Amino acid sequence: MKRNYYLCAGLVLTGFLAAVTLAGFFWTPYDSAAMSADKFLPPCAAHIFGTDNFGRDIFSRVIEGAGTSFVIALSTIVIGASGGIVLGAVTGYFGGLADEILIRIGDALTAFPSILLALVVISLLGPGKPVNLVLSLGLVFIPSFARVTRAAFAEAREINYVKSVRLMGASHARIMLVHILPNTTPVLLSALTIGFNNAVLAEASMSYLGIGVTPPDASLGYMLSEAQSVFGRAPWYALTTGGVMILFLFGVGLIGEGLRAREGETL
Amino acid sequence: MKRTFLALLAGAALFCGLLTGCGSGGNPPEQEAAHADELYVGIAQDLDSLDPHKMVAAGTKEIMFNVFEGLVKPAPSGDLLPALAENWTISEDRLAYTFRLRPGVKFHNGAIVTAADVVYSLERASGTSGAADIVTVDALSNITAMETPDEMTVILRLAEPSNEFLSYLTAAVIPADYDQQDTAPVGTGPFRFVSRTAQESVVLERFDDYWGGAAALKTVTCRVIENADSILMSLQSGAVDLFAHLTITQAQQLTADFAIEQGAMNLVQALYLNNAVEPFNDVRVRQALCYAVDKQAIIDLAFDGFGFPIGSSMYPAFSKYFDDALTDYYPHDTEKAKELLAAAGYPDGFSMTITVPSNYQPHIDTAQVIVEQLKEVGVRAEILPVEWETWLSETYTGRNFESTVIGVDASTMTARALLERFTSTAGNNFINYNNEAYDNLFQQAQACTDDDEQTEVYRAMERNLTENAANVYIQDMADLLAVRHGLAGVRFYPIYVLDLYGLHWES
Repeated sequence: MKRNYYLCAGLVLTGFLAAVTLAGFFWTPYDSAAMSADKFLPPCAAHIFGTDNFGRDIFSRVIEGAGTSFVIALSTIVIGASGGIVLGAVTGYFGGLADEILIRIGDALTAFPSILLALVVISLLGPGKPVNLVLSLGLVFIPSFARVTRAAFAEAREINYVKSVRLMGASHARIMLVHILPNTTPVLLSALTIGFNNAVLAEASMSYLGIGVTPPDASLGYMLSEAQSVFGRAPWYALTTGGVMILFLFGVGLIGEGLRAREGETL
Repeated sequence: MKRTFLALLAGAALFCGLLTGCGSGGNPPEQEAAHADELYVGIAQDLDSLDPHKMVAAGTKEIMFNVFEGLVKPAPSGDLLPALAENWTISEDRLAYTFRLRPGVKFHNGAIVTAADVVYSLERASGTSGAADIVTVDALSNITAMETPDEMTVILRLAEPSNEFLSYLTAAVIPADYDQQDTAPVGTGPFRFVSRTAQESVVLERFDDYWGGAAALKTVTCRVIENADSILMSLQSGAVDLFAHLTITQAQQLTADFAIEQGAMNLVQALYLNNAVEPFNDVRVRQALCYAVDKQAIIDLAFDGFGFPIGSSMYPAFSKYFDDALTDYYPHDTEKAKELLAAAGYPDGFSMTITVPSNYQPHIDTAQVIVEQLKEVGVRAEILPVEWETWLSETYTGRNFESTVIGVDASTMTARALLERFTSTAGNNFINYNNEAYDNLFQQAQACTDDDEQTEVYRAMERNLTENAANVYIQDMADLLAVRHGLAGVRFYPIYVLDLYGLHWES
């Protein structure tokens, strides 16, 4: 088997960032909320990413912010994927009128820009609470997963191995879970990695618009919005925060690409 | 496959680029605008109406202050100066005001200002003339009769005495029965209206027959620059010479061509506490918060040192009422704060929420610093950002909050406008302040006939608010104005106006 450079590079990059982020839950160089009179310090030995408009250590905040963004994106994906897979599996497998209706609703939802939809949901739930942020983003992510899963299940339904197990008397649940689902993993894995990246960006956009995390908590998106207003004075704030975000997305993107390449070989 | 990567990377980069606001836009660079008698002013929004009795937006009144005048006009000190009225007398019972008009004052259309114009204008402004869309000045309904014994004299008779009545006579005087104020406004101010291009600009020109002497500037063009990102560009490119209400960050990014003038926003920024809910119903807890919060540190951290610390519901521009001794009534002292909290039964502190309107970054920044400062005394504060509409309905009107950071301003140039709201029965007493002594003082102030005596009572009310720690008072926020070097004569007022009269270029 050829060495899968994409996957390796992606795993190393993401693993490194994840390790630093994970460590950040227990220890950061400075208290990420502690303010000091040393405002707008450029990157130096004591503050490798410099300090922000309140004299807070940007490096510590980036670590914490990456953690927040990571947790929110992950929860979003868990909600979106589990909801989407269940919906997609059922509608794809059984078809019929319910399928038509649900999938049309899904289409209607995807017709809205996802951020706009999430904005509506979050204003209904009430902003300012991370749980509501995750819920609204999760809901928005359901249709895309549902569609991918539905396509795979609808296709598998007509293939001979499924027809065979049905003739052998297997229950619908068993056919879906044991026989079809494992065969959809390649599709789902790339949907998950792409979805994860989208979720990171979605959280960032929401926080950037001021309805994501609440200050003084940090998230990459919120920090970028703060950084924007002081870009002329402290360009390092936006550059370091944005840089870390790009690396994060790049790493996960590499993994997704690597997975797809691997599946391409084995199939 | 490689292409997917590049697209991904480019997409991510583009996204971050968007977030950090690479967007430029705005006006193309223009030649230097600095000419001996021309001025280009940047304004953040278009005017809503040109008719002085119909305008609502503060930004409109700010500019049209230069076109219209009333019987009296505000001075930078907060006093009222004679304008169209040369002098006036008030009767013993304070129910009749006799104004002697300044002789020979001309409207921009050349007509002489007479008593009939004054009566017409006051009727129109008070809504009794029946003209449509008038933003009525309710206080003028106190007038029961207007008499004009001769062309140059106006007598106003009131239903009840009022110490503040005079301040409402800043209402614009316009020519009687002139019906084109909406499109070609005519007033008596030092500048006359020339033209307006919607969403683009408003041009004013010096009125050579101004009663106070002609202004130094000949033409003033106000350019509408709505996009905040374009403000700095238009200043630096030379498209405008002056821009008011800049943020500190914007001000700091200006080049050496500009001076930053620091005025005050004229509002009372504080951590307002709901005095009716636990634990803020205990005066010791409120005092503890006052000791725990370090105003100067807030000003330094969140406002780069721009701002005026205050200690009660009064701002420095009201020099007559402002008592600077209250500013440091609660010096920053975490030990004292902890003692008070322990005495009130909270030795380990407590949790609280700070509601902040999410569209006001300065208030959010202030709240962030407060959260850090309260941490030191064991109080765990959490910021609750809400939309402005929600803030108005839930927090302000509904009084459903624990604490909130906001700036409260005065609707008129009177101490009453700031202090009446804390009387226990006031409809806008959103902090539920309930203090009998305070209510009594307010009654006393209303009964006063002597101005000095009334001032003393108002000062006592301020002291009452401070001693009972009604709120954690922070500052009157700075209002920054970028002025191109060479332009002199900027004056700040305790109300929201931009006075063009004294401005001139120095060679």
